[in-house]
Amino acid sequence: MRSERHLGAVLVAPAILVLVGVALLPILLAAGLSLERRLPIFDIAEFVGLANYRFLAFDPRFWVSLRNTVYFTIVSVSLELLLGLAIALLLQRSFRGRGWMRVVVLLPWAIPTVVSARMWEWLYNAEFGLLNYVAALAGLTTQPVNWLGDPFWALHAAIVMDVWKTMPFAAILLLAGLQTIPRDLYQAARVDGANPWQIFRSVTLPLLKPMILVVLLFRTLDAFRVFDAVYVLTGGGPANSTETLSIYTYKVLFQTLQFGYGSALAVVTFAAVALISLLYLKLMGGAYWRRLLG
Amino acid sequence: MIRAFLTRSGLVFLLAATALFCLGPVLWQLVTSLKPEPELTRLPPILPVHPTLTHYAAIFSGHPFFRIILNSFIVAATTTGLSLGIGSLAAFALARLGFGGKRILLGVALAISMFPPISIVSPLYLVIRALGLRDTWWALVVTHTTFALPLTLWILTSFFREVPGELYRAAQLDGCTPLGAFRRVLLPLATPGLAAAAILVFIFSWNEFLFALTFTTTEASRTVPVGIALFPGLHEVPYGELAAASLVVTVPIILLVLFFQRRIVEGLTAGAVKG
Repeated sequence: MRSERHLGAVLVAPAILVLVGVALLPILLAAGLSLERRLPIFDIAEFVGLANYRFLAFDPRFWVSLRNTVYFTIVSVSLELLLGLAIALLLQRSFRGRGWMRVVVLLPWAIPTVVSARMWEWLYNAEFGLLNYVAALAGLTTQPVNWLGDPFWALHAAIVMDVWKTMPFAAILLLAGLQTIPRDLYQAARVDGANPWQIFRSVTLPLLKPMILVVLLFRTLDAFRVFDAVYVLTGGGPANSTETLSIYTYKVLFQTLQFGYGSALAVVTFAAVALISLLYLKLMGGAYWRRLLG
Repeated sequence: MIRAFLTRSGLVFLLAATALFCLGPVLWQLVTSLKPEPELTRLPPILPVHPTLTHYAAIFSGHPFFRIILNSFIVAATTTGLSLGIGSLAAFALARLGFGGKRILLGVALAISMFPPISIVSPLYLVIRALGLRDTWWALVVTHTTFALPLTLWILTSFFREVPGELYRAAQLDGCTPLGAFRRVLLPLATPGLAAAAILVFIFSWNEFLFALTFTTTEASRTVPVGIALFPGLHEVPYGELAAASLVVTVPIILLVLFFQRRIVEGLTAGAVKG
């Protein structure tokens, strides 16, 4: 038994080394940096205490980016869940070519986010984009809309792209959840005379709830830290209307090179994500996590 | 009869709508990549009148496109190898060996998979710069491996746990050391899990953008997403070439999805469901 413990420690050592060295330690270092005025190119590094956080509290651009991030997260995750659920219910039916359909649905998820951002950028193009052409043909618009140049449309354009990109993830997980629901339950409900909507409400939905929470957890965290999709699509513009927390932090760090203040933004983003995780942890209950951690 | 026909055509309609939504943007990119320059700025016609491959020829002659794809392959393959190597040893210990702190390790891995990468990019940048690793493959391999490791650990631990305990114990009774039993029994039986983890890690690394953007400066180490994001175009975006380039770099991913759809689905659900 002792040798087994010894072996166990040796085998997990590399994994622990990587996780601690490249993820846990850096977050502490970031917290340290956030207490400094740090401009790497000028070799400036001085301790300023909580000054960066005081500045942050009154930085309107931070609050705008937080608001954008929260709005983006809530709207896109809700849409992804609804659409993902609809597609999961569709894929659960038996039909010819089901395998192909799954490949088709998985595709947006697998395509590099940067590539999808540029695909959508071209679809949204004000002059030559397909979207304006189709909208005009359908009689929805009388003149071309500058989708990415208008603060209202740009944020929603980013949301639509994100929904396209991540709805497959929700659909796949929810489909897996649907397949664990015993067939006899549906049968029994039908025998009792329940209509499809009642069956969905009282059989499918309650049994799918744990999986819905898993999807919500992963998608909320992903949406909250969104960077590449929006950064490539709009760069945070126009007029910071699509600037998310990650994008603002990145710009402060690598465009204005303020490593101290940028790190403070990074730490606040981290704290927000941690808070969201804790909320879900509570929501999902101890049983799920105990089962997961074995 | 009529009702069956209606539900059937309803199903077909919904499936077609879903397929159009998922494939539409990709197909439009394909159409764009085949249009000669003058047709790009004209709608209608939707389909190219004089289809051409000039955009494909241009991306391979004008830009360091080969080099960027090569960088991505090397980074993604090395990341996959390292994650699976480190991850399978640890997952074996977590699934089969008795020692304390297992839950803590899995919990920490889960927490790290929830980390916003932006929150650690500033110290990592300073360390990588100090070590002279900026603009090298290693800067990306190390960071990608770290963020791929939690997923690898979760998938592999769940697959190793599924191998019946008797098989593992029987191998030990036959004189295998724990590591021998791991190599001869667990690894071969958990091949689907290894494949699932490998594919997901490869796709993750191939697509990763934030670290790649931050730690690379030239085409010596620049990967595909950065190359596409910074696609040349000082004044006007060359949409035809951009479309061709996006499709070329997406082909490996499309192939992976085509051939390993089942493994990908297994991998995605393994961590969250089976436990």
